[in-house]
Amino acid sequence: MAKFLDIHHLNASYGDLPALWDISLHVNEGEIVALIGPNGAGKTTLLRTIAGLHATASGSVQLGDTPLHARPAYQIVEQGVILVPEGRKLFGGLTVLDNLELGAYTKRAREARFKTLRHVFELFPILAERQKLPANTMSGGQQQMLAIGRALMGLPRLLMLDEPSLGLAPLIVQDIFEIIKLMNERGVTIFLVEQNARQALELAHRAYILEQGKVVGTGTGRELLHNNEVRQAYLGFAPVTG
Amino acid sequence: MSIESFFQTLVFGLFVGGIYGIAAMGLALVFGVLKMLNIAHGELVMLGGYVSFWVFQAYGMDPFVSLAIVIPTLFLLGLALDRAVYRHIIRLHGEEKIKNSLLVSFGLTLVLQNLAQWLFTADERSIQVSYAGDGLNLMGVTMPYTRLGSLLIALLVTLALNYFLHRTYPGKAILATAEDFEAAELAGININRVYMMTFALGAALASIAGTFVTVTYGLTPSIGVIWTLKALIVIVLAGTGSILGAFPAGILLGVVEALSGAFIDATYRETIGLVIFLLVLILRPQGLFVRSG
Repeated sequence: MAKFLDIHHLNASYGDLPALWDISLHVNEGEIVALIGPNGAGKTTLLRTIAGLHATASGSVQLGDTPLHARPAYQIVEQGVILVPEGRKLFGGLTVLDNLELGAYTKRAREARFKTLRHVFELFPILAERQKLPANTMSGGQQQMLAIGRALMGLPRLLMLDEPSLGLAPLIVQDIFEIIKLMNERGVTIFLVEQNARQALELAHRAYILEQGKVVGTGTGRELLHNNEVRQAYLGFAPVTG
Repeated sequence: MSIESFFQTLVFGLFVGGIYGIAAMGLALVFGVLKMLNIAHGELVMLGGYVSFWVFQAYGMDPFVSLAIVIPTLFLLGLALDRAVYRHIIRLHGEEKIKNSLLVSFGLTLVLQNLAQWLFTADERSIQVSYAGDGLNLMGVTMPYTRLGSLLIALLVTLALNYFLHRTYPGKAILATAEDFEAAELAGININRVYMMTFALGAALASIAGTFVTVTYGLTPSIGVIWTLKALIVIVLAGTGSILGAFPAGILLGVVEALSGAFIDATYRETIGLVIFLLVLILRPQGLFVRSG
């Protein structure tokens, strides 16, 4: 499999404070790759840096042969790299339909928007029902569905999700993970940041562990689920004593 | 006071209010999207007035027709000002952005005012069209064509802006950027372009107000401050998130000023506007017309 998203020796900082140290990782085409790690490890910063919302200090981000670093965010979206941000960031005062249409803003996505909209409504029938209502009148789970729906409207080749399960009821989290899996089966490559390490590792083909801005481990989802250190640090198992 | 003079006052309040509304929509648009208060907005009203005046002087072109020249001229000036001045402030954050935007736009106010004085002198100018004295007379209430035309165009422009913002992709991109600029970027919107177009659109709206001022009142290089102040009162009335709400709020201010001028005392008409401004800030800080923009 060819490397699709390829990150090389990436550094980023907040002012003088380094946030990402020499990050190298890759996501192959068609994969689901998860990024797990404690709060403040730099997971969100990494996604924001890939998406062009945060400046790269050094290193490179490539999508296939196209360099993404040092490009403005909207050009990265045009390449088909789309982020569902932490906290959803919907256009709360605009209608559900407006939110979805804005998701298809780029030229490439706009041409296909009616067809894509039908697909999104099939995946999330609730969005079709609520399409005329302002986005901020919906429940948290529905808002997350809208955030994912809006991202799908942009015809992602690489879909990045930042904590899609945050603050949602377990049943809805199940739904969201089902949708992510389905999207992947339909050919969308997924890069997923999750606090909910168990579910993320069960879903992902591979995963990276990020701590204090550094990649400290990697493996397949299954390997990491059975790794003792990961079990203690992220999956809530007690250390084996004696 | 007779019933005729009451309605006459009311109608003139409506006419003034339409101009307040158009001027304020421009300020509200820039405030809502670029998140900075452009104190030099009134100066754009003034410059728009001068463009209209000189086109009339040079070619005798009717001010309602020459809007087709005035609006693009100020739109281009808006693009240039965004490029040269405002672009550098928009990306600042928090206190730094607030301070810099106020200082820079206040500085620009002085520059534009003095530039206008140097170019156009401090003489009061106005456009006297051939039909200046004519008007409709409805049951004793006079409606001069110039003012009626101004109000009508103001109304049309508001409807057009409403359509543009809510029904077209570029318009929705403006509203999206106003809601959350990062989410707009993640949707693939080039927000620098949105900022530039929005500022230019604000300048274009100011120029329409400036044309009406020149037709119905008079123009000097120093009128800008008053128009920034009026527009500011109106956007507080409307609610600072509401762009289109600025139009009804402008009408309201115009009517209240006119009636208080007639019923209380002409010297208090300005004061009443400011009293309402304070009352709204204290009692209903979210504004009277929120969520309509």
